Parts: sequence; structure tokens; C-alpha cells
Amino acid sequence: MNITEMTALELGAKIKSGEIKAPDAARAVLDEIKKKDPYYSGGINAYIITLENEAIKRAEEVQAMIDAGELEDSPLAGVPIAIKDNICTKGMKTTCASKILGDFKPPYNATVIEKLNAAGAVIIGKLNMDEFAMGSTGETSFYGETKNPWNHERVTGGSSSGAAAAVAACEAPCALGSDTGGSIRQPASFCGVTGMKPTYGAVSRYGLIAYASSLDQIGPVAKDAADCAAILDIICGKDEMDGTSLDVEHKSYLDSLSGDVSGLKIGIPRQCFGDGLNADVKAAVLGVAETLKSKGAETEEFDMPLIDYAVPTYYIIAAAEASSNLSRFDGVKYGFRADGFEDLTDLYMKTRSEGFGEEVKRRIMLGTFALSTGYYDAYYKKALQVKALIKKVFDEAYEKYDIILFPAAPTTAPKMGESLSDPLKMYLSDIYTVSVNLAGLPGISVPCGFDKDGMPIGAQLVGAPLGDSVILNAAFAYQQLTDHHKKPAEKFGKEAE
Amino acid sequence: MEITKEMVAYVAELSRLKLSDEEAETARKGLGEIIGYMDVLNNIDTEGVEPMSHAFAVKNVMRDDVVRPSHDRAELLANAPKADDEAIIVPRTVE
Repeated sequence: MNITEMTALELGAKIKSGEIKAPDAARAVLDEIKKKDPYYSGGINAYIITLENEAIKRAEEVQAMIDAGELEDSPLAGVPIAIKDNICTKGMKTTCASKILGDFKPPYNATVIEKLNAAGAVIIGKLNMDEFAMGSTGETSFYGETKNPWNHERVTGGSSSGAAAAVAACEAPCALGSDTGGSIRQPASFCGVTGMKPTYGAVSRYGLIAYASSLDQIGPVAKDAADCAAILDIICGKDEMDGTSLDVEHKSYLDSLSGDVSGLKIGIPRQCFGDGLNADVKAAVLGVAETLKSKGAETEEFDMPLIDYAVPTYYIIAAAEASSNLSRFDGVKYGFRADGFEDLTDLYMKTRSEGFGEEVKRRIMLGTFALSTGYYDAYYKKALQVKALIKKVFDEAYEKYDIILFPAAPTTAPKMGESLSDPLKMYLSDIYTVSVNLAGLPGISVPCGFDKDGMPIGAQLVGAPLGDSVILNAAFAYQQLTDHHKKPAEKFGKEAE
Repeated sequence: MEITKEMVAYVAELSRLKLSDEEAETARKGLGEIIGYMDVLNNIDTEGVEPMSHAFAVKNVMRDDVVRPSHDRAELLANAPKADDEAIIVPRTVE
């Protein structure tokens, strides 16, 4: 098996056993990127930057440590990993796929980067994304859209477009993305890979450039659930630099994978399988319930009211927080500064108008409106109240069920260019993911089949707060029984030459 | 809800964004459509519901006040679009 086709854990085991050397693993992945990624020759464009010299140097260091008997307990030591470009990497350009950040080089590492370094992972590059993580297609990047490895006419989904595409195209064994309203789970679904949003607070947000702080969460994108568990083991944990990070004792997520789902109670909300859901998607997602049932899980349909209100609630809250968070980009402290300004206010306005893309400006204005005098109660406060009601609906469901099952998206990946002209339509396509962020829950998207055009479909398993290991184990059990996650992306996948 | 030209101008000003006439008109229509859709929340009775800003209760997080080094000044200034040895340079703000 080619190095780039292996899961992160498979590659890690071979590095540990000495069969593969870490620098060779890094070179193999970098070669794959060179072959498939360049935008100018019609490639995938999953990466904004690759860190060629740094990665090989780092892989040599890690190999020396492994040779000296260190990193014994670290299953991903020496394994290359790619990082969404809204996660700060010290001294390495971090752009959020926006013009306004220019050549910004963070003076510090995000906590997740420090943890990956300590575990011996090798950072191979920074990944493309929707600008400031605002978008559901990967098309709002200042650095150009990312192409879906299954079909170049289709979008990857977003905002972690590069993370999902890089893993699907074997341009990275695994990646870190971020998920504010589905930005890991939806592109994972569109690209046929496994992506997880942990419980809010399970992973430190320190060094994640904020979009909507009460909803943002960093998580893994990988070839399967076991890889996601191994990555989560590394990146999770209380961090004094993030006051919202949780201090929770738990067993290793990887060691907790038993594949045993007997007695697992799975709830299937009727409201998530109604009008507007593509028939192929519906059949494939319900098939997941049948598969897990064959291994002893119990399934039941139930009513989940208010779920239709998650999209407007989410967009008001996320936009409001974004309008505040993005006020720091003003052309003064870092990044891009416009020319030809008259005074300080004009410098701010010119810089922001030239530096932000259309979708980012739209959300800043939407959020500013929702927070402005006269509209605050009708929109922002109202949304926070509905959020409380949505959380309650989930709390009640978890009194009866261990896991809730529904699609990650209502369709498979749409064609390029279809969504940008109609932002409201794009927002509505987030119907299945945003409620999970509002309630702070863990969710994982697993490949569960293909539509009539051969595009991948993702099912979403959503757990109770801190039920991360429960959904990982259910996903792991499902992947032991199926091979949808092993099917190669047609265009550039495992079997393509 | 009808979004007027004046509302767009006001929100753009608060957002520190400069819009051309054409952009302002696109924003007016776009925001109008989106905000109009958000009005569906009025269908829900939220009388007496406590607004929830965080999904989990968060309290003030305290730590000991210990002196520690901050980031290197030169390193921080290297990121500024315009700076000298000790400060970021901006247009004069006070006459």
C-alpha cells in the first residue's frame, strides 16, 4: 500500500515499527500535493501554503526521537497532518483565506499546534477554507475555490474545504478543521471523509482565529473514526488560555473504541427526514440505523420540534459575534493596510472594504444590524432565547437516547457557482448542522453511501454533551461493518493513476 | 421587514465599511431577504425564556496574578503594516 493511502494510525504504526521513516512519509505526502494540488493547472487547491522544508526538517527530528525510544505512547508520531488556515502557527503565515490578513505570521502557536508538536505529528501545510470560515461551499476563499476530489465541477462544502478535500484526495493522512455551524461535518460529508466536531469546550480555542466564539470548535478530519479518536486524544483538554475549555476526565478516545453497540439507543428525528431532503441521502442515512441495529443497537423515531428554527437562530448569533470579533481587523496591528486614506477612520474603512470579501461583509453587517439599538431585542435577544429552547429539545431527547442520527446535509455536493449568488439558499442548506453547535454537542459525519451520480453522502451521529466517545464508537462500529469510507475519490483517489 | 437605504448606510458606518452605491443596493436587497427570513422566529413564543449565550454554564475563570514575559515587541511590530522600532504608526488622531 502506498504511504498516502494509509490511515494516520496505519502510517503511525509503520513509522513506529521502523518499516517507514518519518521523513519519507512527509516526502510522499508532499509529492502527492505537488501532483494534485496546484490551482494554476486545475488541481484541487486544498492548500494555501505547504511547509516543505519545515516539514522534512521536523520529520527528521521526530524520527531521531523515535529512534531514541521517545514518543512511545504516541500513535501518530511522525505522521503528517495539515491544518486549516485559521489556526495560528508560530512564524508561519496564517491567512484565514482573507486578503485582510496579508502576510500575517502569528507570534505564537495555537494550543492544538503545541499539543500536536508534543505528540510528534508533522505539520505539512495550511489548508484552504471559506474566508474567515464563513461559507458552506469553499468558494469564498481569497485564494480560490477548492475542488471536490470526487468531481471537479462540484464544491467541497465548507468552510473546512481544504481539510476535507486534502484527506479525500490523499494529499494529507489527516487534518484539523474548525466547525462553527457545520464547517467540519458538511465538507466531510460532501468529500466522503470522516469529520468530527467535539463537544464545545473539549478542545482549546486558543489560537483559533475567532468567527463566533460561543460556537467555534476545532476538530479532526480523517479517513475514519479511529483516526479522529487518535487526533482528539492529542488535542483535547483543559487549557488555561481558553476560559471556556472544559476540565473533564475521560478515558482515551482511541482505547474506548470497542465496536460494541448492543443496547445503544439511537433516536431518529422525524423532522430531519421530511421535505427538502434528497431521496438518495435519506435512504443512505436511514441505512446507517439498520446497520447498527443488526449489531444490537435500538432505533426509534421521535419528534424534534423547533429544529427548523435553528438556521435563523444560528445566523443571527454567529453574525453578531462575527461583527464583534472581526472589528480587530483594521489595518493597524497586522495584515493588509489600504493606501490613500485621509485619516484614521478612513484607514479603517478603506482597509476593511478592500480587505474583506463579500460574504464576510454581509455577515458583519447582518450582525451589526442584529446588535444595533432598536433591533437588539427583536433579533439578537430573540435568537438567544430560541437557542435556549433548542438546547432544551436536545436535552429532552438525550434523556431517552444515546445518539441522534440525521443527515449532515440535505443534498450531496452542489455544482460550483450555484450557491454564491443566493446566500439565503446557502444558509438554509446548513439546516442539519447548525443546531448541534447551538446546543454545544459533539457530532461526527461518516460516509454512508453514494447518490446516483456517485457523490458521497454523510450521516451525522450526534451525542449528548461530552458523549464524544459514544459517537466515535458508534461511527467506528459502523465503519467495521461497511466500506463506504474506503472507497477512493474517483478523480484523484486511492486507485487513480 | 423593509430594509431602507438609510439603514444600510447606518449599518455600514457602524461596521466601518465603505460601500459603493451599487454595493449598498446589493446589500439592501440581500440583507432584506435574509432579515425577512429571520422574522420567522416571531412564530415562537419566548415569553419568560432566559436568553442563553453559552450552551454550558460558564463562570468567571480566575487565576493567580503571576508576572510572566509577554511577546517580544520586535516580533509583534514585524506584523504591523507600518511601524518604527517601538510603535505602530497610524495617521495623526489628535491635533
